[in-house]
Amino acid sequence: MIVARTGNEAMAEAMRQINPDVVAAYPITPATEIVQLFSKFVNDGLVDTEFVPVESEHSACSACVGASASGARVMTSTSSQGLALMHEILFIAAGLRLPITICLVNRSLSSPINIHCDHSDTMASRDAGWLQIYTENAQEAYDTTIQLVKIAEQALLPGIASTDAFIISHGMERVELIDDKEVPKFLGERKLNYSLLDVDNPITLGPLDLQDYFFEHKRSEIDAMDNVLPIIEKVQKEFGDKFGRYYPIVDEYKMDDAEVAILVMGSTGGTAKVTVERMREKGKKVGLVRARVYRPFPKDAMTKALSKPKVVGVMDRSDTMSTLGGHLYNDARSILYKSDKQPLMKNYIYGLGGRDISIEEIEAIYGQLFDIQKSGEVDKDVVYFGVRGE
Amino acid sequence: MALLEIRWHGRGGQGAKTAALLIGDAAVETGKYIQAFPEYGPERMGAPVFAFNRIADEPILQHCGIKTPQIVVVLDPTLMETVDVTEGLPEDGVVLVNSQKSAEEIKKQLGLTSQKVYVVDASKISKEILDRDLPNTPMLGALIKASRLLEFEPMLASVQNRLKKKFPNRPEVVQGNIKAIKRAYEEVGV
Repeated sequence: MIVARTGNEAMAEAMRQINPDVVAAYPITPATEIVQLFSKFVNDGLVDTEFVPVESEHSACSACVGASASGARVMTSTSSQGLALMHEILFIAAGLRLPITICLVNRSLSSPINIHCDHSDTMASRDAGWLQIYTENAQEAYDTTIQLVKIAEQALLPGIASTDAFIISHGMERVELIDDKEVPKFLGERKLNYSLLDVDNPITLGPLDLQDYFFEHKRSEIDAMDNVLPIIEKVQKEFGDKFGRYYPIVDEYKMDDAEVAILVMGSTGGTAKVTVERMREKGKKVGLVRARVYRPFPKDAMTKALSKPKVVGVMDRSDTMSTLGGHLYNDARSILYKSDKQPLMKNYIYGLGGRDISIEEIEAIYGQLFDIQKSGEVDKDVVYFGVRGE
Repeated sequence: MALLEIRWHGRGGQGAKTAALLIGDAAVETGKYIQAFPEYGPERMGAPVFAFNRIADEPILQHCGIKTPQIVVVLDPTLMETVDVTEGLPEDGVVLVNSQKSAEEIKKQLGLTSQKVYVVDASKISKEILDRDLPNTPMLGALIKASRLLEFEPMLASVQNRLKKKFPNRPEVVQGNIKAIKRAYEEVGV
């Protein structure tokens, strides 16, 4: 069915079709509309979900942990300060290997107060042991929400699927919805190796785990991250075979003969694709790499993509506050350390607090990358693009 | 159809966002690709607000703001005194204004030469039919007439469906809006 939906509506529709056993949520400011829309589905009897309206996002994530440990399929939704408040519990969910899925709207973190898009909220949680997939548009947000539930349950890892605030969350687009019956069929039942509620086979979850075994348990969590990319690829392919929309781990656009390229995440990927088209019409060999799966960082696929051009401009919608630039830039630089095809690399921090980025501005960045190619030198590694006083 | 960009000017509470969503919805139902989005700020009743549409036959990839719309719709004529409603409008652009004035007067007021100006007294239509000054829905009728971006009847059916969902127990509101859209479609003048 083809419909017009905002990103929030599209993710809420996916949640309705997934029909999770438990959703626990709290609408902290700035709230996402997703929970509100989903609570209406609960009220209207369109889902069988146990909806738990808790008193904070910390409690929301805690309730999700309890429910998921009991064997339920569990989802929630949050944004910005809400994710920050969940922070402590994020690590617990990952450490207990609970496949909870969060539909997230990427917004900046206070202070100053701002409700618009940047990626600082999820970046601050990138080391929590959750899968992170950043989507480009409402269709991808919808499709990824469904995929992520299956990926998370197969990998026994929690995951976040995110959209850019307002740009996608509140922007209405054409979205193709899957038939209601097909989504549960695609997902199947959650398979359990053990459950808190299986009284015949009692288990202990979350006990004290000191010097003797803590390290082994954390190591196995890292193993799960290490092994998840093939699962993601498999689920993406199954999804494509069934519903016709295929997604890559790393989205490469016109990269095969690209001399210079931009690496970016989220909705700016689409704007950059239009820029690539326009510049290609003028004979400029430019390409684009969009990091769709960000955690785990797809080292091999990304190294392959970034080894093609001579110059890469990494566009980050977040800053590490370390004076070393943005998160994506640092990851990209790190994987290329041993590469014999290192491109020259420059970091563009842009769009913090929702500042718009236009086709013309991205064209200007490509122009600078060509200058770097010509001179063979990067004058300044990290620049703040589109900010006053630069 | 090549990519068409529309900017809606209104005041908080006048329904600029709703109008953009309604036209986006209708365009999707006729097989188009669309975007409909407001500009979010610290909005208050009566403050100037914007909403936007992109409509095309092909997938729309860009997610940047709209700076050079081909069509501008002004829901409140007093905005023309404080907001540069024609900013970024190309030479062959179209301006549609809710006003009692003539198209010629508006053209002069905005200092336009080559652009096309359409006017309709959407507030009067809304007040007469709905007993309230809600110019957004009648302006949809005027927009379709001025731009021909969609066929009128399918657009009307789509808006009716969406309003029915929004006002399930108030059929008089749905019918009133449809009547207002039809009248604005008839009355819009160049």
